[in-house]
Amino acid sequence: MEAQLIDCGTAQPAFNWGKSWRVGEVEIDAAGMPSKELNNLLRNCMLDGTRHFLLKNVCGQRYIGTRLVGPTKSLDIEIMGTPGNDLGAFLSGHRIMVHGNVQDGVGNTMDDGEIIVRGRAGDVLGMSIRGGKIFVKDDVGYRTALHMKEYMDKRPALVIGGTSQDFLGEYMAGGIVILLGLGGKPHLANYIGTGMHGGVIYLRGNIMPSQLGQEVEISPLDEEDRAILDRYVGEFLDRFPDIGMSKEEILEGNMIKISPISKRPYGKIYAY
Amino acid sequence: MRSYLFPEFQVFRDESKCNQCRGCERQCAFGTHIYDPATDRMQTDETKCSGCQRCAIFCPRNALVVRPTPPYYRPNEAWTREKIDDLKKQAETGGVLLSGCGSDKPFRIYWDNIVLNASQVTNPSIDPLREPMELRTFLGRKPDLLEIDDCGEICTELGPNITVEAPMLFSAMSYGAISYQAFNSLAMAAREFGTLFNTGEGGLPREMREEFGRYATVQVASGRFGIDAEYLNCARAIEIKVGQGAKPGIGGHLPAEKVSSKVAATRMIPEGTDAISPAPHHDIYSIEDLSMLIYALKEATNYELPVSVKVAAVHNVAAIASGIVRAGADIVAIDGMRGGTGAAPKAIRDNVGIPIELALSAVDRRLREEGVRNRCTIIAGGGIRCSSDVIKAIALGADAVYIGTAALIAMGCTLCQKCYTGKCNWGICTQDPRLAGRLDTRIASQRLVNLLTAWSFEIKEMLGGMGINAIESLRGNRDHLRGVGLYEWELDVLALKGAGE
Repeated sequence: MEAQLIDCGTAQPAFNWGKSWRVGEVEIDAAGMPSKELNNLLRNCMLDGTRHFLLKNVCGQRYIGTRLVGPTKSLDIEIMGTPGNDLGAFLSGHRIMVHGNVQDGVGNTMDDGEIIVRGRAGDVLGMSIRGGKIFVKDDVGYRTALHMKEYMDKRPALVIGGTSQDFLGEYMAGGIVILLGLGGKPHLANYIGTGMHGGVIYLRGNIMPSQLGQEVEISPLDEEDRAILDRYVGEFLDRFPDIGMSKEEILEGNMIKISPISKRPYGKIYAY
Repeated sequence: MRSYLFPEFQVFRDESKCNQCRGCERQCAFGTHIYDPATDRMQTDETKCSGCQRCAIFCPRNALVVRPTPPYYRPNEAWTREKIDDLKKQAETGGVLLSGCGSDKPFRIYWDNIVLNASQVTNPSIDPLREPMELRTFLGRKPDLLEIDDCGEICTELGPNITVEAPMLFSAMSYGAISYQAFNSLAMAAREFGTLFNTGEGGLPREMREEFGRYATVQVASGRFGIDAEYLNCARAIEIKVGQGAKPGIGGHLPAEKVSSKVAATRMIPEGTDAISPAPHHDIYSIEDLSMLIYALKEATNYELPVSVKVAAVHNVAAIASGIVRAGADIVAIDGMRGGTGAAPKAIRDNVGIPIELALSAVDRRLREEGVRNRCTIIAGGGIRCSSDVIKAIALGADAVYIGTAALIAMGCTLCQKCYTGKCNWGICTQDPRLAGRLDTRIASQRLVNLLTAWSFEIKEMLGGMGINAIESLRGNRDHLRGVGLYEWELDVLALKGAGE
């Protein structure tokens, strides 16, 4: 199988990869490697004590990170190229950084860890995510944060630099979604927060009320909201310092808070 | 608004036997029996009675009789009492009618129109009391062919397979829908008997994982409740729930009243919110997407567990099953329209889906025709009531069956269909600690093991009668079945000959 090489532009790995590999570091050329083989290799390396991975020429390989359940929750995985669907599905720890775009299902049912995308993401980003964080520099696709949850000390966060497509936060039951609208594109998503019954969406910019689902409302930001935004916009800028805007500049923009009207949107439809 | 409904049940109390011990008052969570100190007599509010028979069975003096109210309306074949009362209920509330348990409507039960064969003269029957009989069943993908090297070792790569002692598994019932005690009883019984229970989509409580994980099929449903890597990896099998026989095509709401702190912890959701399961999996819009989730789960468990896909029996179930097998599932579970539920809109429960017998036969035949039958195990559920249903299902092509309603009845359920109220007097379908505490897990699990043991004996007896000594030899072996009183098209779908042919 001939792998199509992706031009990563001038992207450079963020981790300081020495020329002579130290114990615990590994560089893998994923060109042409089937998903299962690549994930086998990652797992075996993890079990052998590797803690830092640099994956080059990744092109469409699925489930990267999914099989890394084991002795550690703090692997560093850098990906050059375009990983396939379900990147970090069921992820239970670790930090994945992608120098490129990602496809659908990133962070599907993720439990813990961090995914950083230096590009754009496809559909159902962070579906049913219960813990951890996902940072996307550019735009995201349809049904982002679908049925996102939270539980006790687990409060997942998605921070998106650009904007999203329709059904953002559908069925959302918890967690934090921040849409910064930095690319200058207007927010055109419809059905935002349809069926939402928990969590919060912060949106920088403007939307029409008709873009919202029936189960959500817009409310003014309070101190707690400001603190959340301050924290996560700060973390976003730490990961993408090349954005070219300061935290203050971003937070000065018009911020809209979208939250559910009821924790029980369908509580009254039955005859008892 | 005054209700125009008749009470569904009448309660007759034999005053000569009743000694006002107030046991019935304590037993009934619906509040049917009330003690009146002024008269020193028990009063009855029949409008509250669910007909669950708890009070009658537990009355120490047998003073109570509970029976359905006769249909007092003018007889009418079109407007039955149920239709009239349901309509009134909706006129009074404006709500969707809910019900529990499986459909009680008179759709043909094909099991009762199929008869089994027995050996006479030309081949000997076998006595299971004196000769070995094999009911052990292996669940999972079987290879297309088996290659053996010079040393006699198998060199074909085999998929993970699970051994169960008899072709009967407990079907999915979540903690949240049923009580912790009922959930635990199923787990204990599965361990003791050597079969599997199924967590449903409510997660598996952490403290049960080490002890019972090896006897659990863990479910991944559209709500993705309680799923983390440990949950998946502690189990014996994983099941993607696409549909349920009682309510194909719709999602579910576990009402906040049932989301206790422990249920919330197991589902990993905040306490006191509705647990909403969307109708579809939003990452599955095609067979290719299903395949993606199947392999995501295999990745998450290092390819060590078989992955099952459970679908409701619907019109195109054979084509759907073929897609599921090609998507990489190791087990296809089909749930017929009589399958039970803790809560379903009545309109859906009673009108959507097809009977399991037809669906099972259609799926088995289709997979055989396409040469992929060995790639999956078929589990049939939704309406298995007795050992002969089990053996007929095996002969119609199932590798094993799921039993849900039968297991609940073994624990005490009387099919009163009020599961959705959360007030189950039998301690099964409730999160009220006072009610749930009534179910003694030791006794309930013993009753479950007894049921499986009894059915196993009966299955062996019937197998022996046919001259067969291993359940494996009966799989899809329709020669041992004949139809009685069935139409031609029904015999065609079942691929059966009529009796006498």
